[in-house]
Amino acid sequence: MAGVRAVGILSRFATSKYSRLSGHGHRSLSMSSSLLARTYANYEIKDGVAVIRINDPNSKVNTLSKPLQAEMTEILEEIWGNSAVKGAVLISSKPGSFIAGADLNMIQACKSAEEVTTLSQEGQKMFDKIEKSPIPIVAAINGSCLGGGLEFAIACQYRLATKSKKTVLGTPEVMLGLLPGAGGTQRLPKMLGIPAAFDMMLTGRNIRPDKAKKMGLVHQLVDPLGPGLKSPEEATIQYLETVAIEAAKNLANKKLSVKKEKGLVQKLQDMVMGLPFVRKQIYNMVTKKVMGQTKGLYPAPLKIIECVQTGIEKGTTAGSLAESVNFGNLAMTSESLALRGLYHGQVACKKNNFGSPARDVKNLAVLGAGLMGAGIAQVTFDKSVRTILKDTTVEGLTRGQQQVYKGLNDKTKKKAITSFQRDTTMSFLTGQLDYRGFDQADMVIEAVFEDLNVKHKVIKEVEAVIPPHCIFATNTSALPIKEIAAASKRPEKVIGMHYFSPVDKMQLLEIITTDKTSKDTTASAVAVGLKQGKIIIVVGDGPGFYTTRCLAAMLAEAVRVLQEGVGPKKLDALTKGLGFPVGGAALADEVGIDVAAHVAEDLGKALGSRFGGGNVEVLKTMVQKGYKGRKSGKGCYVYEKKSKDKKVNPGVEEILKAYQLKPAPSVSGDEDVQYRLLSRFVNESVLCLQEGILPDPVQGDIGAVFGLGFPPCLGGPFRFVDSFGADKLVQKMHRYEEVYGNQFSPCQLLLDHAKDSNKRFHK
Amino acid sequence: RFVFRMFVMTKTKKTLAKPNVKNIVLVDGVRTPFLLSGTSYSDLMPHDLGRGALQGLLNRTGVPKEIVDHIIYGIVIQEVKTSNVAREAALGAGFSDKTPAHTVTMACISSNQAMTSAVGLIAAGQCDVVVAGGVEFMSDVPIRHSRKMRKTMLSLNKAKTLGQRLSLLGSIRMGHLMPELPAVAEFSTAESMGHSADRLAAAFGVTRVEQDEYALRSHRLAKKAQDEGLLSDIISFQVPGKNIISADNGIRPTSMEQMGKLKPAFVKPHGTVTAANSSFLTDGASAVLIMSEEKALALGYKPKAYLRDFVYVSQDPKDQLLLGPTYATPKVLEKSGLTMEDIDVFEFHEAFAGQIVANLKAMDSDWFAQNCMGRKSKVGVPPMEKFNTWGGSLSLGHPFAATGCRLVTTVAHRLQKEGGQYGVVAACAAGGQVFLPKYTYAQLARADTEYSRGATVQVFLVHSFGLFSVHVLCMKMTMCKSVQKHF
Repeated sequence: MAGVRAVGILSRFATSKYSRLSGHGHRSLSMSSSLLARTYANYEIKDGVAVIRINDPNSKVNTLSKPLQAEMTEILEEIWGNSAVKGAVLISSKPGSFIAGADLNMIQACKSAEEVTTLSQEGQKMFDKIEKSPIPIVAAINGSCLGGGLEFAIACQYRLATKSKKTVLGTPEVMLGLLPGAGGTQRLPKMLGIPAAFDMMLTGRNIRPDKAKKMGLVHQLVDPLGPGLKSPEEATIQYLETVAIEAAKNLANKKLSVKKEKGLVQKLQDMVMGLPFVRKQIYNMVTKKVMGQTKGLYPAPLKIIECVQTGIEKGTTAGSLAESVNFGNLAMTSESLALRGLYHGQVACKKNNFGSPARDVKNLAVLGAGLMGAGIAQVTFDKSVRTILKDTTVEGLTRGQQQVYKGLNDKTKKKAITSFQRDTTMSFLTGQLDYRGFDQADMVIEAVFEDLNVKHKVIKEVEAVIPPHCIFATNTSALPIKEIAAASKRPEKVIGMHYFSPVDKMQLLEIITTDKTSKDTTASAVAVGLKQGKIIIVVGDGPGFYTTRCLAAMLAEAVRVLQEGVGPKKLDALTKGLGFPVGGAALADEVGIDVAAHVAEDLGKALGSRFGGGNVEVLKTMVQKGYKGRKSGKGCYVYEKKSKDKKVNPGVEEILKAYQLKPAPSVSGDEDVQYRLLSRFVNESVLCLQEGILPDPVQGDIGAVFGLGFPPCLGGPFRFVDSFGADKLVQKMHRYEEVYGNQFSPCQLLLDHAKDSNKRFHK
Repeated sequence: RFVFRMFVMTKTKKTLAKPNVKNIVLVDGVRTPFLLSGTSYSDLMPHDLGRGALQGLLNRTGVPKEIVDHIIYGIVIQEVKTSNVAREAALGAGFSDKTPAHTVTMACISSNQAMTSAVGLIAAGQCDVVVAGGVEFMSDVPIRHSRKMRKTMLSLNKAKTLGQRLSLLGSIRMGHLMPELPAVAEFSTAESMGHSADRLAAAFGVTRVEQDEYALRSHRLAKKAQDEGLLSDIISFQVPGKNIISADNGIRPTSMEQMGKLKPAFVKPHGTVTAANSSFLTDGASAVLIMSEEKALALGYKPKAYLRDFVYVSQDPKDQLLLGPTYATPKVLEKSGLTMEDIDVFEFHEAFAGQIVANLKAMDSDWFAQNCMGRKSKVGVPPMEKFNTWGGSLSLGHPFAATGCRLVTTVAHRLQKEGGQYGVVAACAAGGQVFLPKYTYAQLARADTEYSRGATVQVFLVHSFGLFSVHVLCMKMTMCKSVQKHF
């Protein structure tokens, strides 16, 4: 699941709604005459302490860009040359961002690894100077302090952080296929100890202020303030500044010492880490773990280990050199390009391109308290949206409400929220069996059984009780929306919202519009999705829309592979080897064999022999025998509680024998099997773009990676075609086509790209 | 400048009497001396102190027991043995066993709730004579067995066979024996009150020096009032088998230097709230006698004040926990058609010096009025010459549920002494129960000294509901010690 986890983390540094307060207050402060007005950073001297304020005028967040670095260097030289300055404070004027990282465009603009290496070395030099500063520099952190921002902060002598919800520290470079390239791999192990530093750099996880204090990443915490004589954001920044100035003064006059008495555990750990033998064991262990999780598909984690090892075993000079060289090389890898593309893509998919809806959805009703319905409620009601969860039976409703409560209670147990917040949040949810309160609903999302007749019945019932402005959204994975909307009196208010299970974990939401869906309805659905924290793609209507269609094509091939005698375990190993977080057989079990059978049959009917391959009867027989996947305890595998090692379901092996196919040796090698699976997925994606189901390649990549677990290291089907080469892919497909027929016929758009190597999906 | 205004201001004999509502009066009020917890009262129980205050009220007013219609008493930290502490204290004080008594709780404004409940009973025509008061006893607090242990013990009660009992006893583990202390943090926000006060002070830019200066002022004024014998609401309390206590023991005027030496108590290391500029854990009880005006006159009393009006307001318990007075004061004034200039006596509960100064700054801020209160302009600041001039909770002490009656009685006494007409009482209290909307409560009372001086005097009680509660217990106990150490 490493891939999924990596992607999960990736989402967390999506730009949040940083307040538009940038440039407030401080601008109007009278600067002493010695200062030049600079663009990205300025400083003033307060009580012998230089307060350096960072504020990128062109962005909602501060990034470590070339001009900022240049101005910062100038400022530091001025300060160091001024004997009246006894200390310095580094602070951001933006409420939600200290420094969110290095400027990615700066790396993107580089043509060669050497250029990137130079960038890294410039950063290293600047931070080395800061580390050796003759006066104490205090980093006052409020908001995101990530990547290069964190490396900046850890070069300072002292760190303060606010306990604001927006304050996060971390080194997410690994998720972009990079490494902390400005001294991070050298400073962090010394500061936190080797294990903690590895954990931080290899997972890229966000670290909350409390944890950061415990780890020793920051020295002191400051509480965020409420409204007083200013807005809470302004007041908090000013408070932080005041406390930081005090700390700088105390450091300068030695009232405050950075050195902390080490505890016994820490001393012991240091002693153990002093043994080269132990360290070697750690490097080996970590490498093994990384290889296990990444299957060697991601180079960055290994390079991080290498840099840390070099720094510790051969000294900082060698370590820094390794860091900058590896940073340069990594920036040029296709994996890093793919991951950076995903980062930009998901930022783009967290925006509402349909304008703000006429009405804000304040009351939402979910029909059906099954896994999906309850999941949808779960991500909605905790955003202060009054949510009704309706089911038809007490048992169903009870199960759904328990699922919702459990989700919230788990957060309480992890201390993310207090029990009091849990209880007040729960008050936003109403569980019921009737249509009471639907006359107040702004949106209804139905998640009832996937059957057109049931959906028609529901839409009629609901339209009888909802107000005219209310939007009817249908959560279906394959039924065409226009067929569902056929039963509606107001098709312009009908839209598809395809969530992925489990809803609280899967980040993607696929919104499906018909030609009758109004723009405002779409805007409203996107707004709700964004509120729910989703990454959103908006696609056209058709059988299987985008995601289900691609998945169905690949699963059809997977069934054929199984019929050809490749066992479920081997199939899973092959798909995971490509970088899919879940293997093909296990994925079918997760989705549900009945759902898969249903979808395969429907799409087969609608889209013809292209969706052939595996025999649908295999799936149907499995369903008949009760092997519906994980939910029924048996699918391709047998699911037992507590048992970690999954066993292949012997019943399935029998079925596969009954439907056995003879493999064609020319296309049944491991690599060919992998490319058969991958190419059907990719071809279907490109076809969706060709047919206009997909608006653009970016949403195609995001949908495939975040909804279906398409290998993040490949960056999505379109990025894959670009980097692999459409011509090479088409060649392979023709080979498969000869054996299997039109399931492998490349679509026209793919052929066009194969003919002209200048054509690329991503610029 | 202020004195000038006093002269110019013509005291309109505005009557705040409401048509069809009885005039309600404060006949008198008393309190036991307020002592640092863990000192001379330490071996008592809460109702003992309550008894002392009620008995003192009986003695001082000479009110015939049989005419008391009802007794209402407040308490915050309940002693489980005397959960209706009102009844236990009343019986022990020699009130009639025919007089019903009930207990109320509303954090630091519990006795304000007792008084306004009394006002309500009289206004509704249910009663004519009501005794209200409150007690807090911090020398002892309920420390419980852990939930697991309690569960086991309760099951043990129900176990029928020896085998069942043995298996239950066998299930007890070391962890079961950990006692459960009263929580340090506010239930709703998981933040301690002192922590909240420190953040509040920072939000309003209140410095450590400002806080220490205010605290010092409180102690100096309290000392002066004590020396001049102004704290006449105190009745002596005979600790059973021991000495007689007749003065508060928390008043310790010291110097700015000494106060400056203290380390912050909550937010470390950069906080500004210290043991010396916070109110300390206190034992004490208070009581007042409230009647309808006609009844009081018929009985031949000269009431001390009219109790006219009150308002409760509530705010966000996280960031505005202690800002109640700012919200409630203008509300109660507007309700009765008065302005800040009309008020002669202000008595605000001093939870923390930082909280008081923050409130004063909030009242002086247009930004706050416009952005947080929905007002056009700032509330206006009470002049310090009229503000808590006989000390306050910081110096006299703060037995949570007893403070409200002390404030009201003090306003009446100050109005009489200083010849004023209107007074306002305001207090903040913690709000554990409700999230966003939380009541604040301002009580408007009119102290009428017509009977003694021929001038109409009015008192407004303004209480906000914020807290000072149970939850700060442990913290404050340590503070208490450090206070003793440093003074």
